[in-house]
Amino acid sequence: MHVPLYIIELTYLAATALFILSLKLMSAPTTARHGVWAGELGMVLAIAGTLLNQGIVDYKWIVIALVLGAIMGVPLGMVHMTAVPQRTALSHAFGALCVTLVGTSEFYLRGTEVSRFTLSVLCMEVILGSLTFTGSLMAAGKLQEMLPQRPITFKGQNIVNLSVLAVALGLAAYLVIHPGHPHVFLFIVGIPLLFGVLMIIPIGGADMPTVISLLNSYAGLSAAAMGFVLDSKLLIVAGALEARRVSFCP
Amino acid sequence: MKFDLMTDLYVFMLAAFIGFEVIRRISPLLHTPLMSLTNALDAIAVVGAILLVGAHKSTLSTVLGTIAIVAATSNVVGGFLITDRMLKMFKSSRPQKP
Repeated sequence: MHVPLYIIELTYLAATALFILSLKLMSAPTTARHGVWAGELGMVLAIAGTLLNQGIVDYKWIVIALVLGAIMGVPLGMVHMTAVPQRTALSHAFGALCVTLVGTSEFYLRGTEVSRFTLSVLCMEVILGSLTFTGSLMAAGKLQEMLPQRPITFKGQNIVNLSVLAVALGLAAYLVIHPGHPHVFLFIVGIPLLFGVLMIIPIGGADMPTVISLLNSYAGLSAAAMGFVLDSKLLIVAGALEARRVSFCP
Repeated sequence: MKFDLMTDLYVFMLAAFIGFEVIRRISPLLHTPLMSLTNALDAIAVVGAILLVGAHKSTLSTVLGTIAIVAATSNVVGGFLITDRMLKMFKSSRPQKP
């Protein structure tokens, strides 16, 4: 099937408009449910447009994954209302996992041939993605009381945490300057996973909502970064819309 | 290439302002459903994952991409579902303004 690229791009344009409209409709209780419908329509358009892309040669795994994800999504959408905070945290973890995995694959597919700017955005994408992944899992665990709710602190904690993050950022800077060392990339993905855990352990259960908003905006930023890497304006807009949201749900 | 990048930066900036303006007026009552809605919208990253898996360039990218699609799709379905459920409760518990 041959679908011209501009048709796909127009689908994305419509999806982007529907996403903005969706947030807009969400701002009043009377129209809020229309906002959900606009969001759903936008998502369907975006996925349908993507499936028509000529670059797709094999649909088998896409279909399996879409069906499996939809099946997994139903119980996640039917949780009891009291469990909504941990569900939100868990879904941030899933979103961040998606972004991190795609970023990692992109690096191994074309990491050596992209520009330095793209490479640094790619590093930012996986750093934010992987720290959001473990951080959100920890937050969900604490809210579900699977992990101890009380804060765990130790001496020099901030220094340890910040040094861990600094090492990851330093390695990312090293990789951008010397793109010929792809093995460094594994550490750039791995170290923020540790940072995500360290970041959450000193925080008590009561402060979790603030942390969740923060993680939400990290997830948005990493999605926007992915948009820059893939040159997809749809992703940039969706990510930027979400990243902005943080300041209003403290 | 350079110009594409600049366009992307402009798009990012404009979208950030739109997000700021649109959400600024939101009723505090709607913060929780908004959070789950943006969760669902953020799963648009699935688009990148689909392209990755479909291109079938290496085993690694197909495996990672498949996991990514599963994770993102569960967010899409779960996110929209729970937002709609929340809003349904909202309507029944609060009389509609004329």
